[in-house]
Amino acid sequence: METSTATAKIVNLQEKKIVYKTSDLDLWYGENQALKKINLDIMENEVTAIIGPSGCGKSTYIKTLNRMIELVPGVRTSGEILYRGRNILDKSYQVEELRTKVGMVFQKPNPFPKSIYENVAYGPKIHGIRDKKILDQIVEKSLRGAAIWDEVKDRLNQNAYGLSGGQQQRLCIARCLAIEPDVILMDEPTSALDPISTLKVEELVQELKKEFSIIIVTHNMQQAARISKKTAFFLNGEVIEFSETNKIFSTPEDKRTEDYITGRFG
Amino acid sequence: MNLINHESVVKRMKPRLSKNSISKWIFFALTMFVLLILGVLLYRIFSQGLGYLDLQFLQSLPSRKPENAGVYAALIGTIWLMAVVAPVSLLLGVGTAIYLEEYAKENAITNFIKVNISNLAGVPSIVFGLLGLTVFVRALAFGTSVLAAGLTMSLLVLPVIIVASQEAIRAVPNQLREASFGLGATKWQTIVRIVLPAAIPGILTGGILALSRAIGETAPLVVLGMPLFLAFLPKTFFDMITVLPLQIYNWTGRPQAEFHALAAAGIIVLLVMLIIMNSIAVLIRNKFQKRY
Repeated sequence: METSTATAKIVNLQEKKIVYKTSDLDLWYGENQALKKINLDIMENEVTAIIGPSGCGKSTYIKTLNRMIELVPGVRTSGEILYRGRNILDKSYQVEELRTKVGMVFQKPNPFPKSIYENVAYGPKIHGIRDKKILDQIVEKSLRGAAIWDEVKDRLNQNAYGLSGGQQQRLCIARCLAIEPDVILMDEPTSALDPISTLKVEELVQELKKEFSIIIVTHNMQQAARISKKTAFFLNGEVIEFSETNKIFSTPEDKRTEDYITGRFG
Repeated sequence: MNLINHESVVKRMKPRLSKNSISKWIFFALTMFVLLILGVLLYRIFSQGLGYLDLQFLQSLPSRKPENAGVYAALIGTIWLMAVVAPVSLLLGVGTAIYLEEYAKENAITNFIKVNISNLAGVPSIVFGLLGLTVFVRALAFGTSVLAAGLTMSLLVLPVIIVASQEAIRAVPNQLREASFGLGATKWQTIVRIVLPAAIPGILTGGILALSRAIGETAPLVVLGMPLFLAFLPKTFFDMITVLPLQIYNWTGRPQAEFHALAAAGIIVLLVMLIIMNSIAVLIRNKFQKRY
């Protein structure tokens, strides 16, 4: 019995696939180069943390992964990012299609000024799902998935702004789950939350990684250490080091990584 | 060593405090002055016109005899005018605002358009009258009609609606758009489902204020050749109309004192219409106002 689970694990390890393969990614804001020759492989069903000081390009990078960065005027990129084998920087890749597979949770909770139900049902609705029964199921499943169902099930029709900040952020995660994504990008999802809400979101991430590949940008090194399998350290638009989180925090290879994680700068 | 001598600060306290309270009274007095003028104006109009204001006044066509004259034609004319102005100006105005705020790229041309829309809001209404006369009455041959008047008025209030809508759209936080795009929504879906619902209170408030300006305008209609005296009601959009301000202008020009009183009664009708419209604007704002 034990051997069979062990074999299953090995098979599972071998089957682990690359979700995002970034090769030689450069990115400019006008004249400013924000990302320099980024090479990163992000694996399926893992939590990958991106850490680094302010302005190091970590948010820029994560926003490139669902092309949200295009909303900033004057952005140029070169190099390629393969998502499941297809280059998403290619203009023929429909950005709407990409974003149905790659959900995003933002820094500040940003629910719509609508009811809790409508917030979660928004994604499926814009993708053409109108059957009320299916929508009800999606809403419940997503809210359960984001560990907020019990708190809101009696007030689904109330405005989402009545929720606390931490609840709003979990609602935003539920909204993201509702489109049944493959990858979830989280851009400092707990930076606007209190410690208890932060803990809840972190626990949630641990649950979610069973089903989703998660990439999380964080300012908080302890958080990266707690929740991620791999960590990438960004500095001035470059990846300084990328390896297993344990390794980064115990025996970093680069002096700059060590300086940063021991709090000498940043 | 202390750089601030607290004793002298205390000594200087008194003049500072008295200046503070004097300025408060000055601003209060200025406000009261404005209110007083408004009060006198309202008193004059109401004391003169209230006696003539009855159902018969509202239901009668204008007449050469003051006791038979009423505002019916002007009231109906104003409603017909609004029936043209409201849809045309809201459609054009909100559409332009959506384009400028959501689609247009930040460049010299866009900025030029934006600046000129604001400038247009300052152009005297009589100039719009001349424009309407040239384009709608003559070139497009609509004649002196409800349609020509409505389109001219729409152009007149368009800048106000555009600017109000732009501001309302701009006030919708970008994070809501990002959230919507992040779920794979197209730009159009985001505009229809997120931006417009959040912007609607601002847009409608601006729209209604613009319409109340159109109700009170006289000059462009005079240029278009709208009659000051009209004893029949419009049946199609190509018929002539007269409107409340024109009717009032007509009555104030007559020598008989009774007509002056009728003008005052007409002004009351106009004021009531404006108050109703502005109240609707306030109600809409309060009802739909949302926190972000």
